[in-house]
Amino acid sequence: MEKAISINSLSYSYGNDRVLSEVSYDVEKGSFFNVIGPNGSGKSTLMKVLAGVLRYKKGRVLVSGKNLTNYSGKELARHVAYVPQTASAEFPFTVEELVLLGRSPHQGMLGINSEKDHFIANQAMDFTDIKALSEKKIDRVSGGERQRVFIARAICQQPEIMLLDEPASSLDLAHQIKLMDLLERLKNETHITIIMVSHDINLAAMYSDAMVLIKNGSVVKQGSAAEVIKPSILNDIFQCSFLVDENPAGNCPRISPIPEKFKGKSSIFKFQS
Amino acid sequence: MSFSEKTIMSRIIQVALILTFILAIAMFAGLAVGSSFNGFKVMWNIVFFAEKPDPVLSTIIWRIRLPRVLMALMSGAVLSTGGLVFQALLRNPLAEPYILGISGGSAIGAIIGIVLGISRFPGVAAAAFAGSMVTLVLVVVMSSGKASLTKDSMLLSGVVINAFCSAIIMFLISITQSSQIHSIMFWLMGDLSSSDMNQAWILALSIIPCFIVIFFLSHSMNLLLMGKEMAHSMGVNIKLVTGILLVISSFMVSATVADCGLLGFVGLVVPHILRLVFGSDHRILVPACILGGGAYMVICDLLARCIPQQGEIPVGVITAMIGAPLFIFLLKKGKT
Repeated sequence: MEKAISINSLSYSYGNDRVLSEVSYDVEKGSFFNVIGPNGSGKSTLMKVLAGVLRYKKGRVLVSGKNLTNYSGKELARHVAYVPQTASAEFPFTVEELVLLGRSPHQGMLGINSEKDHFIANQAMDFTDIKALSEKKIDRVSGGERQRVFIARAICQQPEIMLLDEPASSLDLAHQIKLMDLLERLKNETHITIIMVSHDINLAAMYSDAMVLIKNGSVVKQGSAAEVIKPSILNDIFQCSFLVDENPAGNCPRISPIPEKFKGKSSIFKFQS
Repeated sequence: MSFSEKTIMSRIIQVALILTFILAIAMFAGLAVGSSFNGFKVMWNIVFFAEKPDPVLSTIIWRIRLPRVLMALMSGAVLSTGGLVFQALLRNPLAEPYILGISGGSAIGAIIGIVLGISRFPGVAAAAFAGSMVTLVLVVVMSSGKASLTKDSMLLSGVVINAFCSAIIMFLISITQSSQIHSIMFWLMGDLSSSDMNQAWILALSIIPCFIVIFFLSHSMNLLLMGKEMAHSMGVNIKLVTGILLVISSFMVSATVADCGLLGFVGLVVPHILRLVFGSDHRILVPACILGGGAYMVICDLLARCIPQQGEIPVGVITAMIGAPLFIFLLKKGKT
């Protein structure tokens, strides 16, 4: 079966700064895929390359079976939706206007909205539970609501693949879970492929079908959460001591970084190596 | 004001009709009122009964007031739309049409022209236009290279070049004779008093294509405002769109400044006022700035001519004195 994304020996440099080196991995269609790694490992750059924002010269990236460089801007926007980490709001649009902007890749120059466009936007707003906010200006909504607005906008693009760069990082715990549940539901109902950069490894572990661990622009390990999240691997990559056990809430690994003061009390805890 | 239930085309038409109506009244008043006579009844008869007034009145209305009203309309439209475009391109609410070095360059060109004693039109106008083109090229060159034309590098380059030009302008003023200083000051404040129909025709032919292109890129401006990455991932060709808007807006603003001097405040405040009233959708704001900005300038010019007993106040004074309180009023109203 055709992969959603297939990356082969991708390298990228900002000027003389090598940020990605020979990255290769595949993402299955309809899966929930996480990219994890320490700060500065190149995760955001990877997302930008996949979104078509950065042009790569070395390597090959296939999106839905077709070479990324062969897509025109609008065409790519109809296949891949990108929810970046930050979005500017100097000139406040209303929530509804912003969600409707997600229909642009399917429209002409002036972006005139047809009935179908309004229908799709309403569906997206219902799905993300923001219908009540549609008349509000974007600078007046809360952080959690704003993330849902951007996801609704991405849904309007009707993509096969959704790229999210740390969507939950500024949200409180409850909203983090709600957001991830929303994405899970989206994946299950529309068979969209979700690729997410995440700092929260536990959150990633709870939802991912597969993940890849990146450090210094290279792939360290890829596979299921259980295969990647091991102290033998993570301790070295993050330069920190981790305890890994089974998440009592469900069937996935759970990591706990160990502060200095708890070290040496190893007899009380069970370790997994 | 909630427009969300209606389609965008009907909203644009609605806004255009309201503003055209206001503009028509403003132009009517602008042609009727003046220092020599106030001819509301005369204008009424001309417009609605096709009556021909006596030759003196006719000359005053059609040869003196009409070009002036047209220049006011066009300068208001161009500066407001230019301000709107720069605010979108630079994603900065403080951007205004002169920000990329246009004011500095055109002023130097104009001052040199006035000092050399050449005629206001086409001489000084051409010199001012040339000056602003030079500074525009300088700004683009300075902000290219490693920084690669990001909005911040353009903004910084523009500010630096305008500052440098200010120094040169002050120097030039300091060495000119006092008889010319008055002309220079009037040009720097913005001056519609020497308008004629030739100027008006040339300007109209130059700016109408610009308005059309800008309108077609108005949805792209909406997308640009979401940030470069977002706009790119939505399929906008950022380099092309930014380049076209930059060149076209700079061209039309320079052409206007060449004829009318540095009319201030309009380009900064009118887009904000219209945004407070009609929302942030540029497909509506572009026609709104053209019609509303034009109406605003016609009204301000009218007041500049008829408020004082003798002579006239520089129109730049009126645009600021009306614009600032109006903006504050609308801002406060929006907050409640």
